[in-house]
Amino acid sequence: MSRRTRHNVLPGFNLAMGYTLFYLGLIVLIPLSAAFIKTFALTWEQFWGAVSTPRVVASYQLTFGASLIGAAINAFFGLIVAWVLVRYTFPGKRILDALVDLPFALPTAVAGIALTALWAENGWIGSLLKPLGIKVAFTPLGVVLALTFIGLPFVVRTVQPVLEDLESELEDAAASLGATRWQTFVHVILPTILPALLTGFALAFARAVGEYGSVVFIAGNLPMRTEITPLLIITKLEQYDYNGATALAVVMLLFSFVLLLLINVLQWWANRRAGRES
Amino acid sequence: MAGSVSNVATTLAKVPVAGTSVAIDVQRNRRSTEEHPAVKWGLIGLAVAFMLLFLIMPLVTVFFEAFRKGVGVYLAALSEPEALSAIKLTLLIAGIAVPVNLVFGVAASWAIAKFDFRGKALLITLIDLPFSVSPIVSGLIYVLVFGAQGWFGPWLQAHDMKVIFAVPGIVLATIFVTFPFIARELIPLMMAQGAEEEEAAIVLGASGWQTFWYVTLPNIKWGVLYGVILCNARAMGEFGAVSVVSEHIRGQTNTMPLHVEILYNEYQFAAAFAVASLLALLAFVTLGLKSFVEWKARAEHEVLPLEAPRT
Repeated sequence: MSRRTRHNVLPGFNLAMGYTLFYLGLIVLIPLSAAFIKTFALTWEQFWGAVSTPRVVASYQLTFGASLIGAAINAFFGLIVAWVLVRYTFPGKRILDALVDLPFALPTAVAGIALTALWAENGWIGSLLKPLGIKVAFTPLGVVLALTFIGLPFVVRTVQPVLEDLESELEDAAASLGATRWQTFVHVILPTILPALLTGFALAFARAVGEYGSVVFIAGNLPMRTEITPLLIITKLEQYDYNGATALAVVMLLFSFVLLLLINVLQWWANRRAGRES
Repeated sequence: MAGSVSNVATTLAKVPVAGTSVAIDVQRNRRSTEEHPAVKWGLIGLAVAFMLLFLIMPLVTVFFEAFRKGVGVYLAALSEPEALSAIKLTLLIAGIAVPVNLVFGVAASWAIAKFDFRGKALLITLIDLPFSVSPIVSGLIYVLVFGAQGWFGPWLQAHDMKVIFAVPGIVLATIFVTFPFIARELIPLMMAQGAEEEEAAIVLGASGWQTFWYVTLPNIKWGVLYGVILCNARAMGEFGAVSVVSEHIRGQTNTMPLHVEILYNEYQFAAAFAVASLLALLAFVTLGLKSFVEWKARAEHEVLPLEAPRT
């Protein structure tokens, strides 16, 4: 209560709050509500028909499957990268640390054409894989690759601060009680960083599900095989099927909201585990 | 805190005669909380290999492909009128979206961090919302509002105005996807700083604006810059949302990323990668500035909330 009265000394609450709500409503809430209002105008049969055709279902399977695999790859390698950046010193470490954020800074279209050029059959890596009979570009593998690229920073950047805050006393205690390094990692370190690791995984997954730019170049975009859901929305728009596009968008929006909720719960858990007040 | 034990260990290990047994003890203890060198270098190797494969090689590819046909082709691709107009449009879009979101970010963080009110957590979640929306859906919702079939479509048409498939639509979609960047940087920063300094200024007779300019702003300047850098990078590089609301007409509604796409789909690879290399340079500048701001902020004890960035 005393905090409240103290804070009231400052001016500008009405102006700042009023502008915040006005701008939030204008840019975010009203346009987002348009998708839901348009969908409510459809009958259930129309909606269900639009979001459950075999081609759409195939796109869900690819989008969610590839996003899960990409996030899992990032959880594994992201943990290693975070560990190496926090625990060891080696030449080039600071450059490597700064480069982790590259997928945030590099426009997705640039990432898309670069990955395609690299992994296509005539590319540097693609030409090495061709004799082995492995095709990456224009197959579902290419989609996984692009989604791994764009999700890379999330796990590193969520796990890194937790690893930095980790109290070495716990590890000392475990070691002096005779634990091997691996036992200490599995029973002492991993439980502490697990919430952060899962948060990073969920963030990478959430980002991958909606991703478009880096995927469309390398995917090849064959219906039923390498067509992601966001691309299908664009295809429907180009055919003037606004109802179909909006219905699909609402499915994706609902999924992102559920995921956002899950991520908030995970972050709350991570903060509690780290002993911080949120 | 974290380093204190190992510091003690190294100091003790360096003490020559007196307390040798302690030193050895502590050092043995220290060894057992470190990995075997083979494991250590194996992990470093894995991390470097992963980043080489996924980050560095694509980056090298951009510049290699851009210069593959020589510097002449590279420069020609950048100086053709359509490329120049794409560059201009991209600068214009970022020049509008970033300041607009900066004003919002400052207003939102002032209201949220300096005052108590109900529903604060909900408001913060709503501000973050655009980050969890697919870029394609971000573009689509503006089509539903301003497109020919949309809410205001007929009205706009009657007044001979165009939002979708024109520059205003690109600006709006870009503002949407970059909406949370500055706010989400400033809110935790200003919350951590509290309101005591501002209250002191007000009590001493400063006006609200004076308090903001001379007390608040110097405290958050690196946070503001950090948010602006990230917001700008996304505004210039956005592809999906812009792709939905742009008509893809060269020289008119093509931003740099859209220009890259058109050139690439026309098999003009060298030209596509030439324009892409400019965007890759932008990414370099962004990462460099970001590291610089983090370093400056640490030096001035302005702790930036480097929680997971959700781009």
